[in-house]
Amino acid sequence: MLLADFLIHLLLVAIMPPLLFGIINRTKALIAGRTGPPLLQTYYDLYRLLRKGTVFSKTTTWVFKAGPIVTLATLLIASLLIPLGNHHPPVSFNGDMILFAYLLALGRFFTTIAALDTGSCFEWMGSVREVSFSCLAEPVVFIVLLSLSRLSGSLSLSGLLTYSSAMLWMTSGAAMIMLVASLFFILLAENCRIPFDDPNTHLELTMIHEVMALDHSGPAYGMIIYGATLKLFILGAFFLHVALPLRISNGYLDWLFFMGSIILLSVVVGLVESCMARFRMTRVPQMLLSACVLSTFAMILVLR
Amino acid sequence: MLPVTLLILLPLLGAITALLIPSNQKRPWVLPVVACLHLALSFIAVCYSTESSTNDWIHLDAIGKVFLLEFSLLFCACSFYAIDYLQYRHERDNRVLCSGMLVCLSAMSLTVVAHHLGLLWLAIETTTLTMAPMVYFNHNARSIEATWKYMLICSVGIALALLGILFLAYSTVVAGLEPSLILEELQGYASRLPKVWLNAAFIFMLVGYGTKMGLAPMHTWKPDAYGEAPGIVGAMMAGGLANCGFLGLIRIYQICMHSGDVRFFHYVLTGMGLFSIAVAALFLVRQTDFKRMLAYSSVEHMGLFTLALGLGGKALFGAMLHIIANGLGKGVMFLISGNIHRAFASKNMELAQGTMKRAPWSGALFLLGFFGLTGSPPFATFASEFSIFSGALEQGHLLIAITLAILLSVAFLGMSFTVLPVVFGDPPAKRQRTKYKDTILLIAPSMTLLILLAIIGIWLPSPLLDILNSATALLEVPK
Amino acid sequence: MNFVADQFLAIVLLINIVILGTRRIDIAIRAISIQGIFIGLVPILMHNFSYHLLAMTLLVLAVKAIFIPWLLLRATRKVHFTEDVRPLFGYSGNIIACALTTVLAFAIATHLPLTTAHQGLLIVPVSLATILAGAINLGTRRKAIDQVVGYLLLENGIFLFGLLLTETMPLMVEAGALLDLIAGIFVMGIIINHINREFSSIDTSHMTALREPE
Repeated sequence: MLLADFLIHLLLVAIMPPLLFGIINRTKALIAGRTGPPLLQTYYDLYRLLRKGTVFSKTTTWVFKAGPIVTLATLLIASLLIPLGNHHPPVSFNGDMILFAYLLALGRFFTTIAALDTGSCFEWMGSVREVSFSCLAEPVVFIVLLSLSRLSGSLSLSGLLTYSSAMLWMTSGAAMIMLVASLFFILLAENCRIPFDDPNTHLELTMIHEVMALDHSGPAYGMIIYGATLKLFILGAFFLHVALPLRISNGYLDWLFFMGSIILLSVVVGLVESCMARFRMTRVPQMLLSACVLSTFAMILVLR
Repeated sequence: MLPVTLLILLPLLGAITALLIPSNQKRPWVLPVVACLHLALSFIAVCYSTESSTNDWIHLDAIGKVFLLEFSLLFCACSFYAIDYLQYRHERDNRVLCSGMLVCLSAMSLTVVAHHLGLLWLAIETTTLTMAPMVYFNHNARSIEATWKYMLICSVGIALALLGILFLAYSTVVAGLEPSLILEELQGYASRLPKVWLNAAFIFMLVGYGTKMGLAPMHTWKPDAYGEAPGIVGAMMAGGLANCGFLGLIRIYQICMHSGDVRFFHYVLTGMGLFSIAVAALFLVRQTDFKRMLAYSSVEHMGLFTLALGLGGKALFGAMLHIIANGLGKGVMFLISGNIHRAFASKNMELAQGTMKRAPWSGALFLLGFFGLTGSPPFATFASEFSIFSGALEQGHLLIAITLAILLSVAFLGMSFTVLPVVFGDPPAKRQRTKYKDTILLIAPSMTLLILLAIIGIWLPSPLLDILNSATALLEVPK
Repeated sequence: MNFVADQFLAIVLLINIVILGTRRIDIAIRAISIQGIFIGLVPILMHNFSYHLLAMTLLVLAVKAIFIPWLLLRATRKVHFTEDVRPLFGYSGNIIACALTTVLAFAIATHLPLTTAHQGLLIVPVSLATILAGAINLGTRRKAIDQVVGYLLLENGIFLFGLLLTETMPLMVEAGALLDLIAGIFVMGIIINHINREFSSIDTSHMTALREPE
């Protein structure tokens, strides 16, 4: 594993994620007929927030301060585990897929309890919703990992995800379609995109994720936003491995291809956001359940 | 072969004629004409018997003869009844009823002679479809509900029976044999077919044809359909269609009994039979609507058939005799219940009381028919039910015999709670008297059926005895 | 071409979930129509070409994918939908039941004795799963047309099982079954029309007049 690959991986993880949010917002605006914010808007926001001061409420404890830090830390570690494009990730060992899933879960746990720590009922409501939806979303990730592990015979993320190819689609195309569909649901759900959650809503009663970040300010808030972009980047890379069956052998072309495909994915997410309305709150569990069932079917087909 | 083909084609011709006749008054006359011809043809076909070859799709065997005689007689009686009944209900257009009845007769004739299981299935499906518009004859909210339940449940049942047939056909493929759906060939194959598929086929066909028969727990459509349909339709359903379902069950049993170990099939049949009789006996108590009571009585008798099939031995003779006896008895009861319904403009026993005073012939026939149906001497039902009972004792199933006796008594008592108030007592004073009058054509068919039932109970003519014995022989498990 | 047939059958499984979980009747009818297309194409993929097979495929496609959904859509247009009637255990309950029965179907299918040619194929488990899904739909739905869709799903499953016999049995039974399906659906459509006229709704939970006295 080359030093150059390692450096490019770190660079991409550090710099590219905020661009994705910019692309999504620009796509939505263009579809709506507006010009929209500049593509680098999120970078400007992060810079602005870093220079601000922070306000901590007197009712909160160290948990509230720890929340954004832990979330960002877990996401950064998770980003070291995931392969981008056709390259090895910096850290890779047997069983790292379990670590990956649990790192995401740890991050979510700390966000949730930081929100509960404020003592406000709106944050509590958001935490309840977030946790109940993630209860349904987590099994899907595990089932997808199981199916891919069975197909590729590898227990490490780098082996699992880089296994997908055109040959695989030919032989178990149906299972792959189901995996891709359920993963797309999970991508949208975990990153709080329409149709599962509206990132632009300003009514607390309709928020799920935004309400948990409501009380953070300054650099802490910046950490949360950067964490959100990083989550989209990581899960998007995960999804791309399953969805795109193409492998390019040349190293640099592959990086370029990866960057292009993740930008394309952001455009697709933006399109989905523009074309649909958010599901009714009671429908969200049903859709997540459908994703669960789809991935179960895929696993059954794979296990035969 | 010719009488058999004519048996199927003649009613179809009659149906087309019925569709073409414009006059509502004259149309019902097609029914008795076709019915008498059909009955004559049936007698000819029964007397003129041929040996079957294994490739025959259509053949009239002894079991088929029993069924044929029964529903041909029943249809004849119903057709004469229909003339005056439809006259009385002249406000309704009877085109659908007349042609539907005739198409149904044709399909039933095909059912009894079909030895190819697929053809049998098609014929039974046809009877299901043609009966649906006839249940809806009264065109009100209750009858549409009844028709919907009937249509949905029976269609699902028939679909499951088709699945059973496919399982059976596939089992021959798995066994590496020449695939066939003809009864005699399958009987030959039966011992070599894989058990899993054979048992699965049996279960599905039991459930499927059991739905058509009205075995519990698939009987839920029966009370509604029998309750809302006019009397003739009820008679044909109870005496014809339910028997067709039983014939389907008999055919699959005939295949399975050659497979070697028949204990599984006997257990299942006995269990289903007893369960149906129990459910029917339970619901017969405190039944206020006398047509629904007859529906539950039908469930009970279908359970009795299934139980007899499962017991074997002497009970099989009882079952064959009971086919005729039950058919005749149900015919009487349904036709007379139609009379009572018209006489009091209600099916509820609270409003329909004192038939003896209002319409004495109908009342007397209802009472005697009740005794005929529930198995009192001198009627044939006594002989058949007693044969089934003694068949159980002879095989050593003491518990089954005792349970059967108790359940039949409960059913008898339950029915009497409904029948006796309807027959005796005084007509309710506050109700307006309807225009109904007992006429010859409304009474004579039922009386004929009842007299036949009594005659067969006392003296079984030897040709009939021969047919019953050969039918029983076809159902004996080979040693 | 067997693995393409397998992918089609997997899509049939997917459509089962869609039909069980959807609220809108027109989506259910269109889904059944699409399922009919996939089911109709499976025999051509599985067996060698013959004119007989081609004729049957065209007939199946015409009936399952075009004619019957058209009949049902016509029936729905005449009926007014005012309420969203939940199935007996809710939509989530239906989806979970679908998943459980599919797993059950796969489990049963591995224990059934099959011919060597049919061993690895998806036909037997998918047909069992579709039959069970149809049974669930029939049992839990309250609207009359939803129940008819459940019945169609059941018939699709039975037809799939019948495909195992295409080489060996005459197609008379298949054709006969198809004809009866048409006739049955026709009669049901007429009845639904009458139900709507009588009750101004096709919610069968309104039809409670006929029941045992308490």
